[in-house]
Amino acid sequence: MDEYLDRLNIYASRLVSQKEYFVPGHRACQGCAEALALRLVAKTLGRNNIVACATGCMEIVSSPLPLTSWKVPWIHVAFENAAAVASGIESGLKALMRKGRLPRQKINVMAMAGDGGTSDIGLQALSGALERGHNMVYVCFDNEAYMNTGIQRSSSTPFGASTTTSPAGKVVPGQVTWKKNMPEITAAHNIPYVATACSSYPFDLMEKVKKAADIEGPAYVHILSICPTGWRIPPQLAIHAGRMAIETGMFPLYEVERGKYRLNIDLPELRPVEEYLRFQGRFRHLTPELIEKIQQRVREEYEKLKRKVEMTNED
Amino acid sequence: MGAERRELLMQGNEAVAEGALAAGCRFFAGYPITPSTEIAEYLSVKLPHLGGTFIQMEDELASMGAVIGASLAGVKAMTATSGPGFSLMQENIGFACEAEVPCVVVNVMRGGPSTGLPTFPAQGDVMQARWGTHGDHPIIVLSAASVPECFSLTVRAFNLSERYRTPIILLLDEVVAHMREKITMPPAEELEIFNRVTPTVPPEWYIPYADTPSGVPPMAPFGEGYRYHVTGLTHDIRGFPTARDDEIGPFIKRLFRKISQNFPDIHMSQTFRTEDAEITVIAYGCVARSAKRAVVEARDRGLKAGLLKLMTVWPFDRSAVEQAARRSKVVLVPEMNMGQISREVKRVNNGVSTVETLNKVDGTLITPGEILEKITEVLS
Repeated sequence: MDEYLDRLNIYASRLVSQKEYFVPGHRACQGCAEALALRLVAKTLGRNNIVACATGCMEIVSSPLPLTSWKVPWIHVAFENAAAVASGIESGLKALMRKGRLPRQKINVMAMAGDGGTSDIGLQALSGALERGHNMVYVCFDNEAYMNTGIQRSSSTPFGASTTTSPAGKVVPGQVTWKKNMPEITAAHNIPYVATACSSYPFDLMEKVKKAADIEGPAYVHILSICPTGWRIPPQLAIHAGRMAIETGMFPLYEVERGKYRLNIDLPELRPVEEYLRFQGRFRHLTPELIEKIQQRVREEYEKLKRKVEMTNED
Repeated sequence: MGAERRELLMQGNEAVAEGALAAGCRFFAGYPITPSTEIAEYLSVKLPHLGGTFIQMEDELASMGAVIGASLAGVKAMTATSGPGFSLMQENIGFACEAEVPCVVVNVMRGGPSTGLPTFPAQGDVMQARWGTHGDHPIIVLSAASVPECFSLTVRAFNLSERYRTPIILLLDEVVAHMREKITMPPAEELEIFNRVTPTVPPEWYIPYADTPSGVPPMAPFGEGYRYHVTGLTHDIRGFPTARDDEIGPFIKRLFRKISQNFPDIHMSQTFRTEDAEITVIAYGCVARSAKRAVVEARDRGLKAGLLKLMTVWPFDRSAVEQAARRSKVVLVPEMNMGQISREVKRVNNGVSTVETLNKVDGTLITPGEILEKITEVLS
């Protein structure tokens, strides 16, 4: 039944497979939307999936001896080389299939890392893997800081967010640089598929991961993973925060398929960013001027993205 | 840093950060890693107030690179990390040795190898600190056993790095780094601070890697008119790559000489009740604390035990260890690794007395009871 449904591009909660490959019992914090996103990703990639997981929250919470949340082969690697190890797995499988030691079949190879493991220390390994063109899915779980070591800034931390190494004070308003645009960096490698997703939009997320797995060649999925602990929000607002990120344009949901941009949720009018910022403790200190600065940037970036959609889709 | 002494309750990592500020460190580049992150967090708050710079880099390779750059620009610079990050820093530590760039690297040791035990203590990086980077090179490695020592040895690390133009590695372990303890902060004017020697000659006369009697050439900060060449290639006295054997040999020998002719200044150790000790415990880091307690309890039982605590781990304090070996029948080396410093002790001891080891690698501290048990067993 599952196999049959997989071939249909219909998404309704009742039709989604009941089978889980990232199972409960892990030690993620209350309201962790990263664990939720990971569950959806694992569910979509199914049983024939090998995971290379960089050091990070999801590695720590899912594998405390003698328990594991993984029902698929899973390798914890060093912080910087999830993409490199996944490259090796993919090449190894290919070689085995070529020599006839392994029957030819579809095996998904997934590399996963957080925003630090992707946009900071793991960028070199990721770029190398994308350039070599391994048939794998790289998933970045972006919770916008190093949450595992205690909320230190990363290059993916948004402007103005207060973290333990970008503390907000009277002079410096927290993070002073803009969030690194990882989807654009990976899209610049001209890989067949790049997408952004968020667990507040589960069907969209699952569809994208499925596309990423089906496409031949490297695919990159960047998932905004709300972290109530690090963002200083009540756990019950995690899903709401994800929705607000998309509805305010802070984190637009889009995909780049063979160079063509597509906005998946194209809002006629963006909500003011304040609605996203105001309930988060990490942005509590922001002044109206700084909020306006963020608003302006979001507007510009969104316009830029829309132009890219127009540009790449005209015939 | 007021005029009077302040008594504070402080964490080891915070004491390192305070020590760095007191020593004049105004640049920190690092990357979050348990159990050293507090040093970065503390300095990210404090450095901007003092006009210093805190940068969080994209990884440890970059952190060490930024530290080298800052030091060449004339600022006292440091970074802090733990096992996996320390491994990534090794290439640039070698560069700092070769190009003689003063800097301080704090390595808070955790269980290894690889990701290992991020939240558990260990002393497995002692040999890595000595030989981690490739090529023949001298290096100075210090080890702190208490919160006050975290402060004082960080100051000392900066002084040594400035004096000898070399990277200094300060080893902590997870226990010392996360322990909170009383510390009496000395007033700033009581601290002895050494700043690197800068050239007094005009720029056109400046020879950046001259062979001076001390072995340490004066160092000109970038941007002050002294234009010179810094390279990781083996270079001549002017800093340009060389392939001449009559320049390569003297250069490497000078790197060693600037350290070896100053052993008395570099070596630091403490003895406790060793005068008449039949057994001397040689320890460093958090194990030295357990060892001290074990010695006190052994003495209460009438066993003649003493302690030699090593604060300079490398270059190895041969004279202190030889003295201990000659004085007592047995030397005991408890370590949280499979035997790294005990190998050195055996080498230096050269059969004079018996060397016993006590190794523990299960992520827990060696307790006073365990050392006492070993002392009792050995002496009976």
